[in-house]
Amino acid sequence: MSGQTLYDKLWNQHLVKQRDDGTALIYIDRQLLHEVTSPQAFEGLRLANRKPWRLDANLATPDHNVPTTVKERAEGNSGIKDSVSLIQVQTLDDNCLEYGIEEFKINDPRQGIVHVVGPEQGATLPGMTVVCGDSHTATHGAFGALAHGIGTSEVEHVMATQCLLAQKMKNMQVRVEGELGLGVTAKDVVLAIIGKIGTAGGTGYAIEFAGSAIASLSMEGRMTVCNMAIEAGARVGLIAVDDTTIDYLGKRPFAPTAEQWEAAVADWRNLVSDDDAQFDKVVTLQAEEIEPQVSWGTSPEMVTGISGQVPDPLAALDETVQRSHTRALEYMGLQANQKITDIKLDKIFIGSCTNSRIEDLREAAKVAKGNKVADSIKLAMVVPGSGLVKRQAEAEGLDKIFIEAGFEWREPGCSMCLAMNADKLGAGEHCASTSNRNFEGRQGYGGRTHLVSPAMAAAAAIAGHFVDVRSLPANDATHAQEA
Amino acid sequence: MKKFERFEGVVAPLDRANVDTDLIIPKQFLKSIKRTGFGVNLFDELRYLDEGQPGQDCSQRPLNPDFVLNQPRFKGAEVLLARRNFGCGSSREHAPWALEDFGFKVVIAPSFADIFYNNSFKNGILLITFPEDVVDRLFTEVDASEGYQLDVDLENQRVITPSGEILEFDVDEFRKHCLLEGLDDIGLTLKDEDAIRAFEQKHKAARPWLFRQSA
Ligand code: SF4
Repeated sequence: MSGQTLYDKLWNQHLVKQRDDGTALIYIDRQLLHEVTSPQAFEGLRLANRKPWRLDANLATPDHNVPTTVKERAEGNSGIKDSVSLIQVQTLDDNCLEYGIEEFKINDPRQGIVHVVGPEQGATLPGMTVVCGDSHTATHGAFGALAHGIGTSEVEHVMATQCLLAQKMKNMQVRVEGELGLGVTAKDVVLAIIGKIGTAGGTGYAIEFAGSAIASLSMEGRMTVCNMAIEAGARVGLIAVDDTTIDYLGKRPFAPTAEQWEAAVADWRNLVSDDDAQFDKVVTLQAEEIEPQVSWGTSPEMVTGISGQVPDPLAALDETVQRSHTRALEYMGLQANQKITDIKLDKIFIGSCTNSRIEDLREAAKVAKGNKVADSIKLAMVVPGSGLVKRQAEAEGLDKIFIEAGFEWREPGCSMCLAMNADKLGAGEHCASTSNRNFEGRQGYGGRTHLVSPAMAAAAAIAGHFVDVRSLPANDATHAQEA
Repeated sequence: MKKFERFEGVVAPLDRANVDTDLIIPKQFLKSIKRTGFGVNLFDELRYLDEGQPGQDCSQRPLNPDFVLNQPRFKGAEVLLARRNFGCGSSREHAPWALEDFGFKVVIAPSFADIFYNNSFKNGILLITFPEDVVDRLFTEVDASEGYQLDVDLENQRVITPSGEILEFDVDEFRKHCLLEGLDDIGLTLKDEDAIRAFEQKHKAARPWLFRQSA
């Protein structure tokens, strides 16, 4: 019998019951809740007169539509101008209070984007099953946890039964071998992967990211990679546990205490795929071939290197591709064969659960340091992923660097990643964004999103158009990834 | 959940690949804390010429005459015919809620995104996967005849075209059972309450750190 993959192990450790029809009940260790996908789940519980199964498995924080300006935030919930957003955040508070679920409220320093908060608190641990009503839950897979994005009915199901009804996926391994070039970050790696396998390439698979370039990433970088697994179609992204993982977790509030720590670490060491494990599909990329990436279209797979150009739709062989590329260029207001470095920008967004952790802010700050945001940029904003990231950044003086360069320094939340609060793009505006989705209208009606790394976003802010972060004069930017 | 019964319904064709959930129901409408009322904003960006706001009276908004659901011949459509990778993007369950609230009971496409697939069945919508060439043919047929209807028979896992052609489809037994019986997932799972408790005990004994709260 061949060995098990990491995904197989996690699955087997949580399997409560296999049903004859191929579905299974798997036990859920952690559920993260936010204001958008939980109200209907609580409503459902109440309507059916059910109680949460295990309160301490849940942790909540509002993030999707909290305002991010300092002024509005000072007022707490009442600073939320949009009445519907206010109702959602208020409803989360009420539900958590009613049921006794731990919540980091709007102005708690621990509040932030769920996918930043969970790991930061040690509420995401290796070997856990983690769910959240948000498709970027795969982020937590960076810790060797089995993390699923789920829908609202499933949120209710997990709350009521502590189990998820799931079907085992197939195993895919994406290997990135070699050493990343200077100025090439985790974001570029994952965009390059999506560019290669496509947005449906991972559908039906749990993807394990492996190889020497992945192993060399920090936890922040690994989270960035797993975060975008869903953009490659996979509900689950995973990375094996190693010293980097374990070092990150020591002393976090929810992490095991002294007496359990050793036992936990010993257990976590097994959370790797066996040498003889069989994957249904293996894809390999060479790290040296990856350059800083920029998306040019309306799907994350529509991406290319900074030295590249917008493709000519007519050059595509498949007719469906031709049509979707044509439509994408039309929406994005770009010409076939236009150089990526010729794309001018209106707004810059550094933030989101993909790239709003301390390391991301450090990379961007290195590029911004001593420079000025170009006059042609209407708005450049930096939105930390959590209150604690914000504090850390301020302790390091990053906020000053950003403010001096002309960036706005905001309060934590999802912000312009999905534009549910007041932060959004106007029609036709181009934005260099460190978020994860460039769908039509994602960052505002008619808005044009280009996905990039934090360093590339900062460089674009200064130049007013895309530039190769590797070509910048000898400031520290090119060493950003080593931070 | 209502029981899924055999029906004959008008088919509306949406000729576009990779229709994502942002397109099905734009994010400004996600702020509701209810489960109903999303139908008027289904495909909002394609359907109306202006930018929609939550809580707005949609009957006053300018319609995009080119959009299929605005064309009189597709009025009352209950079957949506779509292209590959339908429902990709975010996990929002508002997408199936909006489809259902609008009146769609079935979506037919060559492929669907995973989360959307799950969410749809959980909300009583049947998703049928047909090979690309069959979907192509259905597009041609719908285009050619006004009032084109399909007879959808989940019990026997088949769709019957107006010309009497029978197209069989696969569907997972459990999902089919739940749809036909109108069963809710939670009630079903709670039948295994004892097994869950037993597992939980064992799991906690083996890995107590997974059950720890913050200090
Ligand atoms: S930052 Fe964006 S992708 Fe991440 S949880 Fe928030 S809205 Fe979703």
